Formats: sequence, C-alpha cells, structure tokens
Amino acid sequence: MSPEAFWVTLLGMALVTYLPRALGLVGLSGRALPQTVERWLGYIPAAVLAALLAPALSGEGEADRLLAALPTFLVAVLSRNMALTVVVGILSMTVVKALAG
Amino acid sequence: MQLYRGAADAVPIVLGYLPIGFAFGALGVATGLSILQAVAMSAFVFAGSAQFIALSMFGTGAAPAAVVTGTFFINLRHLLMSTALSRKVMATSRPLLGLLAFGITDETFAVAAGRRGQHHPLYMLGLEGTAYLAWVASTAAGAATGARFTAGWGLEFALPAMFIALLVAQMVEWRRAVVAVLAALMSLLGQGLIPGNWDVLLVASLAAAVGVVLERGQRDVA
Repeated sequence: MSPEAFWVTLLGMALVTYLPRALGLVGLSGRALPQTVERWLGYIPAAVLAALLAPALSGEGEADRLLAALPTFLVAVLSRNMALTVVVGILSMTVVKALAG
Repeated sequence: MQLYRGAADAVPIVLGYLPIGFAFGALGVATGLSILQAVAMSAFVFAGSAQFIALSMFGTGAAPAAVVTGTFFINLRHLLMSTALSRKVMATSRPLLGLLAFGITDETFAVAAGRRGQHHPLYMLGLEGTAYLAWVASTAAGAATGARFTAGWGLEFALPAMFIALLVAQMVEWRRAVVAVLAALMSLLGQGLIPGNWDVLLVASLAAAVGVVLERGQRDVA
C-alpha cells in the first residue's frame, strides 16, 4: 500500500470509527428518552459485558482463559472489588500458564 | 479530583492495553507500516480489534474502501455504548462531549457504565485519557522495538478479569442476570455466523430488550 493510500485509509477509518461514538453521546446527552428506551439502556451494560466476555473466554485454544476465569469469578462475587479481581485474574493466568508451559 | 479518580479507575485498562498495544506496534511494522503510521493509527482510530483486522487486510492487499467498510461494521457496536453513556455522563458542553466520544472503547465504556451513578466529565476525561495514553505509548514502544510484551505474566487476562468484575457488579437483580446469560449464549452462537465482532451490537440489543419485556410481564402480574 502506497503512503498516500495508507493515509486516506487511515482518515476513513478514523471517521467511520468516530461517528458511531459521537452519535449517541453528543446527540442524546441531556435529552429525555421514552421510558421504555431508558429501561432498555439500563440493561445494556450487563448485556454488552456478557457479549464481549463469553467469546473471549471460550474460543478455541482458550482453555487457559476459562481456567483462570474460575478463581477470578469467585473473587469478584465474594469481594465485589475491581482492583482485587483484576490482580487475582492476572495471577491466576500467570499460574495457569506456568503450569501449562 | 474527578480527573484523578477517572485515571485511577483506568489502571486495569492500562495493564490490559500494554501487551496488546505493544503487539499492535510490532505487528504493524512487520506488516510494512512505518513507526509513524503505526502510531498514527492508534492515535486516530483508537480501536484495537479494528486496527488488527486492518493490518491483516493490508497484508492481503485489500482496497482502502474495503478496509474502511470493514472498520465501520466492526466499530458500529460503539453506537450502542455511546447511547448508553449519554445517560451516565453529566450534561456538559458539546465540544467536550465530542472529545469524550472519541475515547469510548469497549473497556472505557465497561468501566464508566459499570460504575454506579452519574459521571463528571472530568472523571471521563481522566478515565479515557489514561487509557488513550497507554494505547498510543505502547504502540510506539512496540513499533520502535519490534518487541512483544512477553514478561510471562498473565497480563493478557487483565481485561477479561476487569470485565468479570464489572459484570458481577451489574448483577443487582435477577433480570440483569437473565439478560447477561442470554447475551453470553447468543454471542457464542453468533460467533461463527457473523464476521468481525459487530454481533455485540445485535446480541446486546436483543438481550436488553428481553430484560424490558420481563419487567413488563412482572408489572402485569402485580
């Protein structure tokens, strides 16, 4: 790819990535939405988190991730502490990799 | 203070971005980009999965229009996150909202949406700015050295662990749990069917709609 083609592509990528990001936040902030839509948006964080997490933990060759996820989930439920959960997650993964490798 | 709180909440994101940004920089240069080009992509696009897919498309000689179209569909999921965040960020000036919109990633969204209450714009700036700096700096380091970040530590699990913590924090009532389980199952089913990862948009929208329907059903009974 020539430098010109690269920079044009980059500009296009930046634009099409920014537009969806801006549309909701800039366009809808401070505006009231119908009750049903507000309720629907209340479920979006849980739905998005689950939709991102499930494939990340269960893909092919991801057995080590699934293993590391078990103690991580346990600590998340018991402690409800994000920093502690992340540390336990990283340590669990370190141990799983060490045992596997 | 708000700025600092946001930056502190970004620490798990930074841990997760470092190895991925390193890998992107190194792979970018290996694919034929200059250091400047690799860093510019992280600085202007700031969307990991789309950047990696763009690299693989460059490798196969794809046309610019194809790369841009692919990027659009991969990143369309941010529309949903941006809309949800419009309820979570305190009203502020449009230029500042426009800046904060640029910093919406899966990870910054997850933290901002997962934390209770309304967020001050400065909190968002601290959160997103810290994540952004980590992403761009690690890309530069990876591009300049060609090295992966392979300390043998399980850093690649920082982001999944953060998502686990935030997901568990969301489970304050049973309908949310139903929605999460549904979204997880549907995303696993959709994985092979829908290319890229814009199925997140579809799956999360549908699962959240089921949550609303469940609320309705309950109110009718009561």
